[in-house]
Amino acid sequence: MSYISKPKIQHPNARRNKLGLTSRDYEGAVSTLCAGCGHDSVTAAIVQSVYELNIEPHMLAKMSGIGCSSKTPAYFASQSHGFNSVHGRMPSVTTGANAANRTLTYIGVSGDGDSLSIGAGQFVHAIRRNLNMCYIIENNGVYGLTKGQFSASADIGSKPKKGLPNQQEPIDPVSMALSLGATYIARSFSGDKEQLVPLIQGALMHKGFALVDVISPCVTFNDHEGSTKSYAHTRKHYHNVVNADFIAPAEEIKTAYDEGSAMSVELHGGSKIVLRKVDKDYDPSSRASSFKYLRDRFNAGEIITGLLYIDEARNEMHDLMGNVDMPLSQLPLETLNPGNKELKKILSGYR
Amino acid sequence: MAKLNDVVIKIATVNGTGSASANGLIMKSLFRMGIPVVGKNYFPSNIQGLPTWYEIRVTGDDYQCRSDRVDVMVAMNAQTYARDLAEVIPGGWFIYDSTWPRNTQLGRDDITIIGIPLSRMCNEHFDGARARILMKNIAYVGALAAFLAIDIDTITELIEETFADKKHLIASNMEAIKLGFDYARKNFVCPLPSKVAAMDGTKGHIIIDGNTAAGLGCLYAGATVGAWYPITPSTSLMDAFRTFCAEYRVDPETGKRTYCIIQAEDELAAIGMVLGASWNGARSFTSTSGPGISLMSEFLGYAYYAEIPAVLFNVQRCGPSTGMPTRTQQSDIISCAYASHGDTKHVLLFPADPGECFTMAQTAFDLAERLQTPVMVLSDLDIGMNDWMVPEFEFDEKKIADRGKVLSAAELEQMESFHRYLDVDGDGIPYRSLPGVHPKGSYFTRGSGHTKYGAYTEESSEYQDVVDRLLLKWETARSIVPEPEIEFSKFNKAAILSFGSSHGACQEARDRLAAQNIALNYCRVKSFPFSASIKEFIQQHEVVYVVEQNRDAQFRALLMLDSDADPSKLISLLHYDGMPLNAGFVVRRVLEEIAKGQAA
Repeated sequence: MSYISKPKIQHPNARRNKLGLTSRDYEGAVSTLCAGCGHDSVTAAIVQSVYELNIEPHMLAKMSGIGCSSKTPAYFASQSHGFNSVHGRMPSVTTGANAANRTLTYIGVSGDGDSLSIGAGQFVHAIRRNLNMCYIIENNGVYGLTKGQFSASADIGSKPKKGLPNQQEPIDPVSMALSLGATYIARSFSGDKEQLVPLIQGALMHKGFALVDVISPCVTFNDHEGSTKSYAHTRKHYHNVVNADFIAPAEEIKTAYDEGSAMSVELHGGSKIVLRKVDKDYDPSSRASSFKYLRDRFNAGEIITGLLYIDEARNEMHDLMGNVDMPLSQLPLETLNPGNKELKKILSGYR
Repeated sequence: MAKLNDVVIKIATVNGTGSASANGLIMKSLFRMGIPVVGKNYFPSNIQGLPTWYEIRVTGDDYQCRSDRVDVMVAMNAQTYARDLAEVIPGGWFIYDSTWPRNTQLGRDDITIIGIPLSRMCNEHFDGARARILMKNIAYVGALAAFLAIDIDTITELIEETFADKKHLIASNMEAIKLGFDYARKNFVCPLPSKVAAMDGTKGHIIIDGNTAAGLGCLYAGATVGAWYPITPSTSLMDAFRTFCAEYRVDPETGKRTYCIIQAEDELAAIGMVLGASWNGARSFTSTSGPGISLMSEFLGYAYYAEIPAVLFNVQRCGPSTGMPTRTQQSDIISCAYASHGDTKHVLLFPADPGECFTMAQTAFDLAERLQTPVMVLSDLDIGMNDWMVPEFEFDEKKIADRGKVLSAAELEQMESFHRYLDVDGDGIPYRSLPGVHPKGSYFTRGSGHTKYGAYTEESSEYQDVVDRLLLKWETARSIVPEPEIEFSKFNKAAILSFGSSHGACQEARDRLAAQNIALNYCRVKSFPFSASIKEFIQQHEVVYVVEQNRDAQFRALLMLDSDADPSKLISLLHYDGMPLNAGFVVRRVLEEIAKGQAA
């Protein structure tokens, strides 16, 4: 989205991943978002995530809708295809794209307006299909591009810059995803890259619908006192209940984990994610208890983060349908029509 | 003396009582006797209990439209006796179920009333309420066979084929046929003067509806992704595609599917899925009707501007709003041609019958990929859901599908740099790359202002550069879309111009008018943008009667907008009551215009 092209100067000694690419190779155009925007930190976390995962750039598809968050796919992975679609419709475009080619890695970047208002219907149904994608919501409680209206994720009592505090119930994407059956649900904070990167990596490698809800403050319209989506408020009330460590395939687990509080889950392609529970009572494999825990902590004013739910067993969309492994888009047309002789046979039933 | 093989039978029943199979049996029996037939189903937007009609036109002259008269009414629905009675032409026949005596007020002395105690006979011969209702339908088929001289052996053959897997039903169905047949023979003079006789008029033909034909066309076009939201009258299109895929798109070794049909949450999502799949290189389509197009409009503008192929079937129904969902119209012409905000326009195809639904499905994918833009096939309820007799389809195995300008990995590798929206060939069509092919092919697809290199812009000249190039592409489209069917004689000053399902009625009307020494030239438009030959055709005539099935003369407006046609030459013949067009309407309207002083 930028007029300014970023100089591509590679440091000769820059670290390279297994594909021989540096993290600079996974960057995009210069961001045009406001200085200090949480979204730019999320972009940086995405760059690090895909670089470390050794994803071939052309095998990554960047999907988005409309809004500040949806602009960000232009700011990372410039060698990847991007689809900046219409407002609230990224899930359907990604569903179709995935239907045509299941071998790409899909990363969708959305916002609270894009996913919880105009696009709530599509968000819900992508989860229901267990669409294999990493779905990031950059959640700031406001509409930025139209200058500061509340979004559906604004908390009760949260104060706008001008006008009266919000009185409507907030829509929480994490609770929604839990009730709808998403198979990987995480929440994080744009200001905590250490937590965010492994969560995004796990989401990218998870086979199924992976939601990462990232509190990503809007410095221009929602970072003041009284806002519950400000940097200060988030830092103060944020509790990490399940740390996640992403372990690449063939990499050894080096950390010594506490017995009873660590849980290792094998992801698609041989990677692992190790969950370290900060709160021993939390069970990230039970939807019912996660839901209760989250609601209780929410009512106590806490922002619960971490890898909150995971289910690697459920089939994703293609497997639910029983589709071939090969991308449908790569099947030669001549193999797809049954030929004239068969046509005669079909039509003999219409006499 | 009534003409042989020229009779219209209308059957009035209650929907949900299983009369469709009985009506299909009559249609197919006639067809197998070699007699051309036209079948029209007039059904309510309801599941059970409301009036429904099926009309069979026996047309030895092989006309492809409904008639404007009813010779024989089979009145099986007491609710509609009065209107059914009124519809029969003088000298016609009214057959009803005399189990319950008819109200004496429901009489006419210019037609023959025939009472057959169908319910009583079926109640005596069959057990169970459902069987009795179903068999009553089959019994009227037997009676009609006697009255019209439909070949009983052909009926038997069809019943045996239908119940090949449920042999025990053959005997009961044949018994019901015999009940109606024998009663008619015993109590009335059979056959009636309006009777049928075997001929050789259906060889090489099939009976099929347009939605099935379009679904089959998508199978043959190599479509792999279908996304849709159920809506009458388009639902049976995706259902047909699914049925064909279940047979022909399952890997025999693994049992896995080489297709993906997604029932979307709404039409907005359906078109989003189509665009995502097309962007990724799959042949992808949706089927919908008018309200669905309204919901898809934002995305259609996106696809036009971001240049993404898409195929849509709009099986039109009566608008506005929910309108009459089970009645036909051609009233989405303007809403499809210019769907979406901003300067947006779309390629349209107008199939005239199921045969063209099959071929145009393939043409639509070729054009969509060649032009990198949405292509809408504008069918309608009449074509989509009625059974039409059409020549058997052919698939040309030698013809290579047009995938358009898509760069391969090898081509991208050799390029210094790739720019998505650059007009390299001067035809307004840029080159495309598919995700997952090569890193050099990557670009950012966006609906916001972009330069010819694909970068974001808000610069006036850079923006205008791209929208002007899209106009050049539109002119390329004009030169490659299907040409109209034209019948021209330099001696005629007037002509009829039509499209889609109006074709059959226009052809019959021209014959009827010719018999009155009014010869009219003819142009059947098959696509939009309008090719130069359409503009020329209009210029060659003093008056062109534009026949269309909507109130607002939408097609005429489109001719003026896109072909710069002289409005004073274009006289509208507008039919928009929801029923399929008939020749009588066209003849009457042309004669009215001539009486007003228009050229003939």
